[in-house]
Amino acid sequence: MNHEIVEKKVTWLGVWIALVISIGGLVEIVPLYFSSETSRPAPGVKPYTALALEGRDIYIREGCYNCHSQMVRPLRAETERYGHYSLAGESVYDHPFQFGSKRTGPDLARVGGRYTDEWHRAHLTNPRDLVPESNMPTYPWLSKTLVDANRTSDKLRALRAVGVPYTDEEVKLAGYEVRDKTEMDALVAYLQGLGTAAANW
Amino acid sequence: MTPGHSIFIIVLTVANVAGAVWLLWWMRRARGQTTTLTETTGHVWDEDLVELNNPLPRWWLWLFIITVIFGGVYLALYPGLGAWKGTLAWSSRGEHDAQRAANAARIERSLSRFAALSVADLSHDSAALNAGRNLFLNNCAACHGSDGGGAPGYPNLTDGDWLWGGDPAAVAMTIAEGRQGVMPAWSAALGNEGVDDVLSYVLGLQGRRVDVGNPQAGAEKFAQLCVACHGADARGNPLLGAPNLSDPVWLHGGSAPAVRASIADGRGGKMPAHAGRLGETRVKLLAAYVLSLSAPADVTVARAGAADAGADTR
Repeated sequence: MNHEIVEKKVTWLGVWIALVISIGGLVEIVPLYFSSETSRPAPGVKPYTALALEGRDIYIREGCYNCHSQMVRPLRAETERYGHYSLAGESVYDHPFQFGSKRTGPDLARVGGRYTDEWHRAHLTNPRDLVPESNMPTYPWLSKTLVDANRTSDKLRALRAVGVPYTDEEVKLAGYEVRDKTEMDALVAYLQGLGTAAANW
Repeated sequence: MTPGHSIFIIVLTVANVAGAVWLLWWMRRARGQTTTLTETTGHVWDEDLVELNNPLPRWWLWLFIITVIFGGVYLALYPGLGAWKGTLAWSSRGEHDAQRAANAARIERSLSRFAALSVADLSHDSAALNAGRNLFLNNCAACHGSDGGGAPGYPNLTDGDWLWGGDPAAVAMTIAEGRQGVMPAWSAALGNEGVDDVLSYVLGLQGRRVDVGNPQAGAEKFAQLCVACHGADARGNPLLGAPNLSDPVWLHGGSAPAVRASIADGRGGKMPAHAGRLGETRVKLLAAYVLSLSAPADVTVARAGAADAGADTR
């Protein structure tokens, strides 16, 4: 039997395994790095403002992604509820992206502008004030804690290093923009910007 | 997708399938070879454990061949080979768009019978109230609550008290165009003491007493500053969304500290416009449903009975 040729020669076995395993990734992943559809921003998509970026970091810190996805799939049941399906070009400035994989709460990819700022403040402070059947946790400390403005410029600089086109001006002024803002202000600014580019499609 | 990417993907995909076929051919049973069930790989473990070296079972080989054929057919019919769109021209976006269009046509059909009816008529039609209920749960419940009971800052729709008017046209207008309520902050104009005076006067309208402020002084200030919107009798003005202050319904809370905050710091309330998102017929259905929440019993009976049907109108 011929299979001895690969099974008994460990180098050959390794070469074959590496070759076979890499094909799926080469076909499905590698072209995405070079495709304009996935690497260029969708129409109207802009980098996060300094305040929204701080909000995104709070979104990550509080683990919002554990219960909320940010990915509207091209399925009727989802687009009827949330709006236009998500495009790859909407996440080009997300490092890391917040697609998520679990929906204990609703998808947030298009939550921007859906409710008022005041609604978000009341809802984040105690969701049950507005939605009695909600099982979302309360986040009362957000409106009592100020954003750390000393690190905002570094965050913009870090994102610029991975390709987000912030100008020197924006990097320099980032700290001023978030000074004296609460974490609630930042998170609401982030949420209110999510998916809003789709309004003009 | 650029031609280069397309070729890259096609070459790798075809090479992968061809490689699978070649592997099959290479590992095939030699012509005429019989299964002896005794040939081993030569390995021996634990003194007497050996590994038989039998050929692959026929049924398994056939499954492998069928899989390869399936792959070929799939790649011909569906997109997979680079920029090749497949003879069926299927795409997930195309399927989504077709499903949405089909569903939109279904919804149009089920809405069309309501289009010519007035809000007042709809509020006595149990099918319309069903549809309105579904629309309410999807579009309104986040703020007004799934029972329409409201929340601080978000009006209760079940109590028969209306900020912007409760006739069908006014309610439909509120839903379609939205409303912007503005209570200015008076702490700068009135000062701390003045706010307390007005507070004691306003709560006094309902026979409530607070330990701070002078109601007489408050009445004077009220007559200067507040009557323009809330009226001389403090019964409010639905044209401005100014609340009636002589009844015990409070949008932002009726406790003395809450009312004081309303006077001192002002309040803003925003009802978003829905005409663009929902269209005229849905707005009418919603208005009918909202009116039914505070309507006499005959309508609410219809609403209760309508709870589990009519899912098509979302």
